[in-house]
Amino acid sequence: MKVAQKTIKFLLIAAITLFTTVNFASESDKKQDNQNDGGRVNTKTEVEDYILHHIKDSHDFSLFSYTSNGERKHVGFPLPVILWTSEGLVTFMSSEFHHNDDGHVIVEKKGLKFAKVHSKIYELDKGVSSINFDEDHHPTNAHKVLDFSITKSVVGILLIGFLLLFWFSRLAKQYKTKQIPTGFARVLEPLVLYVRDEIARPNIGEKHYRKFTGYLLTVFFFIWVLNLAGLTPLGFNVTGQLAVTACLAIFTLIIYSVSGTKGYWMHMLWMPGVPVLIRPVLAIIELAGALLIKPFSLLVRLFANISAGHIVVMSLIAIMFTLKESLGVVGATGLSFVLSFFILLIEVLVAFLQAYIFTMLSALFIGMAVEDHAEAH
Amino acid sequence: METLLNDFSPGLFAVSTILLLALIALMVKFAWKPILNSLEERESGIENALAAAENARKEMQNLQADNEKLVKEARAERDAMMKEARDIRDKMISEAKEDAKEVTAALIEKAQASIVQEKQAALAEIKKNVAELSIGIAESVIKKELSNKKDQLELVEDILKEVTLN
Repeated sequence: MKVAQKTIKFLLIAAITLFTTVNFASESDKKQDNQNDGGRVNTKTEVEDYILHHIKDSHDFSLFSYTSNGERKHVGFPLPVILWTSEGLVTFMSSEFHHNDDGHVIVEKKGLKFAKVHSKIYELDKGVSSINFDEDHHPTNAHKVLDFSITKSVVGILLIGFLLLFWFSRLAKQYKTKQIPTGFARVLEPLVLYVRDEIARPNIGEKHYRKFTGYLLTVFFFIWVLNLAGLTPLGFNVTGQLAVTACLAIFTLIIYSVSGTKGYWMHMLWMPGVPVLIRPVLAIIELAGALLIKPFSLLVRLFANISAGHIVVMSLIAIMFTLKESLGVVGATGLSFVLSFFILLIEVLVAFLQAYIFTMLSALFIGMAVEDHAEAH
Repeated sequence: METLLNDFSPGLFAVSTILLLALIALMVKFAWKPILNSLEERESGIENALAAAENARKEMQNLQADNEKLVKEARAERDAMMKEARDIRDKMISEAKEDAKEVTAALIEKAQASIVQEKQAALAEIKKNVAELSIGIAESVIKKELSNKKDQLELVEDILKEVTLN
């Protein structure tokens, strides 16, 4: 019975994969690229552009692209675009941009014109039919709109969110019937214990840690699994999006600011034990530290580490093309394979490390805010 | 820095804030609360079980000590009883020996007394027999003397010789 269930599951997944591949493989970039090679990525600048494009958020979920008969074909899903414009809410599918990313394809909705430039959607000014750029390649006759689209990162968040909910609610359910979980849940249990006993408890303290463990656990697994998902060929770069890391950092900021004790704020605003004249100066430094530097360090560290990891791995893979002339096909491929393999291994470690550091620092900041300041300094 | 700020998408920030808030709330409600509660329950259960095991071990030790004490006492009692019995036995044997000695001594005394008595009786009888014999001899001597003086004399002499020899 169990085997049959597994087979059905497998067949379902296989069918979905096949269906989507077939369905979207037919979708191709109608507009011919400027180059004659049909948009192949093989020169240095093209590789650079490709990498920079990859680490940005994307409005469609493309798995890979290939060129046939001089036409660039993209395999993946279109995703819904949801915009808040001067005319209110506008929605359409990202496939209407036809994978164009330089503002040449104009989509008209509700009498407004939209163009996508470097993964950003611009609303063209009234009466303009094509987009103009200044020398820094910024659009001059269009402005950004609030973009609530289900982008690739949002899909990633949703996917991993559901995955986490599924995994851990199953672990929770297992405890109802048995003391020791079995199967995959047995792998998750020590991880939960690790976060609770190695991160939450020692940093926050025995008295308060219970309240914050839920948040820390969520953040830890969210970052870790998304980091790992970013290393798969699916190519998520969710934790490398400033908006996402900023959101996480601000959560931590809000939590430790709200739960800060009177002593914590007193030490920040009116430091006891130092001359009165120095106190306001210290207050400014302390406030800047707590409200700006701490969350900023959190958000930049995670963003920079993950983005850098993606850039390094992709650059090493690109050695295959960029060093083809000097090393030969076999040499360049071999070098690229060996280097990217080891860097990818390191990235697996970094994926965990960054999740650990973010959670650990969050716990530390919370711990500093909730500890009892009764002891004299 | 400028490209960084340019890359920052307020829309994505808003969407991810909402999604993360929902995720945290759902995870706390459906996963972390029950998981952490069960873990704590299990940990306290393990602690209690360990404490109970330790108590049981101590009790067992106490019981064992009691048992040993009892066994020791029993052994000591047995030893004491054995010793007493041995003493009694020894005493009885020695008493019996004493009694026997007395009885034998008395018997021997009695026997000696009766031997002495018998001896005296025998001596008396011998004396009586000797007297009768001598009377008989004397009678026959007298009878012979009456027939042959010489023979009589010889006879007396022989008899006397015999008597002195005796």
